[in-house]
Amino acid sequence: MNTHSLAPIIRKHAFFAGLDETIIDLVTGCAENVRFESGTVMARMGDAADRFFLIREGRVSVAFPAQQGGSVTIQTLDEDDVVGWSWLIPPYEWQFDVIALRPVRALALDGKCLRQKCEQDPKLGYELMKRFSQAMVKRLQATRLQLLDLYGNGRPDK
Amino acid sequence: MIPDVQKSSSSGAATMVPEAWTVAERSTETDDTFTLRLAPPEARTSFEFLPGQFNMLYGFGTGESAISISGDPAETDTLVHTIRRVGTVTRALSELRHGDPLGVRGPFGSAWPVERMFGHDLIFLAGGIGLAPLRPAILYALAHRARYGNIVILLGSRSPADIIFLKEIDAWTATAGIEARVSVDRATPDWQRNVGVVTNLIPKAKFDSGKAIAMLCGPEIMMRYSVVELHKRGLDDAQIFLTMERNMKCAVGFCGHCQLGPEFLCRDGPVFRYDRIKPWFSQREL
Repeated sequence: MNTHSLAPIIRKHAFFAGLDETIIDLVTGCAENVRFESGTVMARMGDAADRFFLIREGRVSVAFPAQQGGSVTIQTLDEDDVVGWSWLIPPYEWQFDVIALRPVRALALDGKCLRQKCEQDPKLGYELMKRFSQAMVKRLQATRLQLLDLYGNGRPDK
Repeated sequence: MIPDVQKSSSSGAATMVPEAWTVAERSTETDDTFTLRLAPPEARTSFEFLPGQFNMLYGFGTGESAISISGDPAETDTLVHTIRRVGTVTRALSELRHGDPLGVRGPFGSAWPVERMFGHDLIFLAGGIGLAPLRPAILYALAHRARYGNIVILLGSRSPADIIFLKEIDAWTATAGIEARVSVDRATPDWQRNVGVVTNLIPKAKFDSGKAIAMLCGPEIMMRYSVVELHKRGLDDAQIFLTMERNMKCAVGFCGHCQLGPEFLCRDGPVFRYDRIKPWFSQREL
């Protein structure tokens, strides 16, 4: 596969908007196109987090295993979202399940490949850290708002 | 030029005397929310209101409550109210059935200035039952669809079971070329739409920030964070309208129960352009 053909896709994705061309080249070398049918478990909690996804189309759920079996979706992500940061942080294991709710087209980025490049190129490492930190803060804030039970007005759970 | 809110004058002794309307139809929206369609008294030939206005509904023997009108402003021979059962009066209203009487005073307050928004993209952003006060504005916009740009409905709800008007939203999406995004905080296994707070929907909604007008209705904390996200998308304060809720009693600015800073929400609101209410909106414990 000619991975350089993925550069325009990476450049266009919101997560990598405005990225330096030399960094785009480095990232592109670790990317591949992937597709998932609806219902596919794209990542499972506890498994090695050897990659992350840039969603181009479709919708995924970020879910945790439920006590009674099955899973509980805590957030959905779709076009222009990034899924997964566990590849960047030891022990490099997925912290949640990722399940395709609709057919998904995405770019999968090889975490090990990127980590090696980050070690060699601090500029790349810092750029990725900044972008993933922003994504993490945004998700943390969204989770806090969810905890506030904005529409519940103190009503008990049904 | 962004318009300010529309107002219609409600004054005089007549505004203090309830009229006896009757329940023509009662429908259940969720397990604590219901819709009443009301038939007017014989003497009344029509009831005109502006989208965003409210009535005082009087459960005889119980008391009055301020309830936004959720019906179509083009239908002047009926009144529609969607109500959540939260207290004594709304509980009494929830027990009304076909043919039962109730008192109506109104309409009161300011309105979404939809007639002055032609040519703009419209964003309707609601949390929970907040969709009900927006529904007349949405129906007005759909009736004049060609005169608006993109129309976006963003709805957040606690769970799928708490969503009101979902079938209607889907029908609007299918037939009127609008974009609707619905999100819940807590999903059920069969829920395939968005999960997360409603503010998450704002970054991806399709509108031109330069000509968009946002109308917000929901809990104040939800509106506060929504304003932050709308600012990030490039909307300024004058492009944002919101409706405020306080304990309203007289509905005409006499009693002061609903005062917020210098504003009486019943008379000067409930719909405000954000730049006008901003100083008081973010004041804690006001």
